[in-house]
Amino acid sequence: MKGRIHSFESLGAVDGPGLRYVIFMQGCNLKCKYCQNRDTWDIHGGEEYDVEEVFEKILRYKNYITPNGGVTISGGEPLLQSKFLIELFKKLKKENISTCIDTSGNVALTDEIKELIDLTDLFLLDIKCINDDICKDLVGVSNKRELEFARYLSDNGKKMWIRQVLVPTITDKEEDLNKLSEFIHTLNGVEKVEILKYHDLGKFKWENLKLKYPLDGYRTANEEDVKRAKEIMGLK
Amino acid sequence: MDFKQWTGFDKSGEWTKEIDVRGFIQKNYTPYEGDDSFLEGTTERTQKLWDKVLKLYEKERKKGVLDVDTKTPSAVNAYDAGYIDKNLEQIVGLQTDAPLKRAIMPNGGIRIVEKSCEAYGYEVDKETDYIYNNLRKTHNDGVFSVYTPDIRSARSAHLLTGLPDGYGRGRIIGDYRRVALYGVDVLIEEKKTELEILNVDEFTEKVIREREEIHDQIQALEDLKKMALRYGYDISVPAQNAKEAIQWLYFAYLAATKDQNGAAMSIGRTSTFLDIYIQRDLENGAITEKEAQELMDHFVMKLRMIRFLRTPEYNELFSGDPVWVTESIGGMGIDGRTLVTKNSYRVLHTLVNLGPAPEPNLTVLWSKNLPENFKKYTAKISIKTSSIQYENDDLMRISLGDDYGIACCVSPMRIGKQMQFFGARANLAKTLLYAINGGRDEKSGKQVTPRYEPITSEYLDYDEVVEKFDQMMEYVAKIYIKALNAIHYMHDKYSYEALEMALHDKDILRTMACGIAGLSVVADSLSAIKYAKVKVIRDETGLAVDYSVEGDFPKFGNDDDRVDDLAVNIVKQFMRKLQKHITYRDSKHTLSILTITSNVVYGKATGNTPDGRRSGEPFGPGANPLHGRDTNGAVAVMNSIAKLPYEYSEDGISYTFSITPSTLGDNGDTQVKNLVNLLDGYFKQTGHHINVNVFDRALLEDAMEHPEKYPQLTIRVSGYAVNFVKLTREQQLDVINRTIHEKF
Repeated sequence: MKGRIHSFESLGAVDGPGLRYVIFMQGCNLKCKYCQNRDTWDIHGGEEYDVEEVFEKILRYKNYITPNGGVTISGGEPLLQSKFLIELFKKLKKENISTCIDTSGNVALTDEIKELIDLTDLFLLDIKCINDDICKDLVGVSNKRELEFARYLSDNGKKMWIRQVLVPTITDKEEDLNKLSEFIHTLNGVEKVEILKYHDLGKFKWENLKLKYPLDGYRTANEEDVKRAKEIMGLK
Repeated sequence: MDFKQWTGFDKSGEWTKEIDVRGFIQKNYTPYEGDDSFLEGTTERTQKLWDKVLKLYEKERKKGVLDVDTKTPSAVNAYDAGYIDKNLEQIVGLQTDAPLKRAIMPNGGIRIVEKSCEAYGYEVDKETDYIYNNLRKTHNDGVFSVYTPDIRSARSAHLLTGLPDGYGRGRIIGDYRRVALYGVDVLIEEKKTELEILNVDEFTEKVIREREEIHDQIQALEDLKKMALRYGYDISVPAQNAKEAIQWLYFAYLAATKDQNGAAMSIGRTSTFLDIYIQRDLENGAITEKEAQELMDHFVMKLRMIRFLRTPEYNELFSGDPVWVTESIGGMGIDGRTLVTKNSYRVLHTLVNLGPAPEPNLTVLWSKNLPENFKKYTAKISIKTSSIQYENDDLMRISLGDDYGIACCVSPMRIGKQMQFFGARANLAKTLLYAINGGRDEKSGKQVTPRYEPITSEYLDYDEVVEKFDQMMEYVAKIYIKALNAIHYMHDKYSYEALEMALHDKDILRTMACGIAGLSVVADSLSAIKYAKVKVIRDETGLAVDYSVEGDFPKFGNDDDRVDDLAVNIVKQFMRKLQKHITYRDSKHTLSILTITSNVVYGKATGNTPDGRRSGEPFGPGANPLHGRDTNGAVAVMNSIAKLPYEYSEDGISYTFSITPSTLGDNGDTQVKNLVNLLDGYFKQTGHHINVNVFDRALLEDAMEHPEKYPQLTIRVSGYAVNFVKLTREQQLDVINRTIHEKF
């Protein structure tokens, strides 16, 4: 079984608990305007790797990522390659390595996806925007499936961290943040809510691909913005 | 033996029958697994005293040195008592009769003393100068009277570098705890017994030498007592409380610094030993926690004030004038109990109470089994101060037991039972260039080694280079051991460390501590030759002066076995070549991969290398990859370095690691946890040593422009810490250009 992978990061400290080996999968089904990994969109890009090959790479870091950390699959959209991840995660489970997927959850809940969910210890669930009109404009598709995905995780006892990227004047409206907060309160298993500052550090990747950066002219978010959003949402 | 000062101690075992500090510790210490909430801040007395010291520092910084006694050659009991402020100091004793006033130590070499004095506008007293130039031979004179032409030329071509032939070798740790536990008289009696053992029928050179040394040791111990008496203390008997224990121990260490200007004057493993006395006083109600911390603060303040007179060249090599007052903290006992005590916390807490500082060189002996609370505390202090280094206790305990300490940066030795002959290092990057050029220097064109067959092909052939490199390493290993044998013979003869050796057993293990510089440069060069194409650029005399690399190649520091295995092999090969040669006093060959900050100076002396490194550019410090070559993040580097075989490099493998706070995590708590996980991982991976720096590049850049704002900014470089603002501009840039990981 082969998977398309954009890149590896030998360890991350901000993508799930503890130290994480991070794999960026290639291919995405959204078109987020603020995407910091624009080069992961193309489903034919990246490089192909065997499950075994990736597994061996991860094992080299086992001493760092166990017992407190684990592996985080990011992207791109990892759920587009669920078959590959099912095989990989089965192996990781045998080694007691904790698994985590960073996703928008914007996929249909097929049996295969359900099997993968079962093998995943934690989801970093990126709610793009609770306001569907803004969501469609910002990422190109409706948030309907995203929210259903969250509900499914909640109903099936999965743990999740909800993430909201804060883009000033787009995803920072008080009304929407309140709504998001209400939605989160209806979910079980939410361990953490993270407000991520929108930054433009990935802008050069658009430029490298000779593409116009869609959020040109928008300012990046700062500590103040995060503080305000947290206050609205009643977060610490 | 029994003393009233030992009341309350568990006297079972051997420690009351013979000198056995470890036995005493094991019977009497109290492991501590709690957190740091018991710690206390500074007292008013500490604050006042420290303010005075800071004022002296400021004056010193402006002048270079505050003052020099240019007449009195330093010795254990050469000076009157000196004070900062007698009414405030809880722990007394200075190297000379005034704070920060430096002594001269001409036994090492009079020329160095003359040069050091001149550099700061002083002149050696005429009579003293006459004596050492005409009547008394020095270590330096001795060495140069026997050096052979091959050693001299290797030395001046920087093939062998930093050799302790003009300065004190250091890296010897007296067991200063013995003085506190037994008092000096018991130690003298013990030495007299040793002399009696050496009253044998065969009066061989070895026996005569040992008898003379022990005689000198006894003399040094007598002087130690007299020196303490000048301060009003009778240390012929054991210390009776915590304050005395610290004072006695400090007197012993102080005496060593009066006797020797050693390249590293480390203090050993003292905090858990001292905790026993503090704990007894706390339980008796004799002192409070606040007073206990005050004693440690004052003790550390004294350690921060140790100074030696050194030349500007020396300071350039080592960044400022480091003393390496290395204190080894924590670790685990053989019986599975942790050796962490409350005093392990107190000594680290001085970094908070007195602010960050490079000295003493606080070294945490890390084990995966250390109490979690202690792991977190050290990580927290690291993040806050960048002043701690960590070494792998689980690795070292196997061969060294649980009462070893670190000398200098990374060199472990059993306290009171082992010493080393410090050997600086051989420049292996230059060795590789000599292999290609048949022993001609790539910069000067001079024939430095005997004439070897140079490589003449247009492109470098891997097998040919490896074969010639092997031959050249063979040659370097030979002259390297020759040089070290000469140096240590003469050091023993003309500048014997009588006081420090008096605090050792009679029969000790001696190591011949060799070292290598430029490991990652050589590994990358061989990798370039093997996996890419390297074209040689020669000057009109046929000398290879530059290389052009066609294609990409694996680089050390990316967890890529193709090149990491090359590095591993170089270490093994060079060690095996050293082992072929007989060493002075049958010392055991060891090796370190450590450059301290001298990677800058060595790089300066080394021409273009086949990996594409430009002439004059710094090497990676210690075992670090070359700046900027590690592109797979910090953990990949750790894996690469952890592959280097400790069994072949028992004198230490140094890794300097710098990371920005935000990479470690988004808040303080996460940063602490992640740093703990990272250290656990690195040491499980069998890494030996790591310096941890946590800071933003912007902070360093600001400190370069505005040094006055950062008088205490401390950063860790290969094996020890330095004041950033005391570095030369070149070294500051080296630190900034060194990879600061913004991702793992």
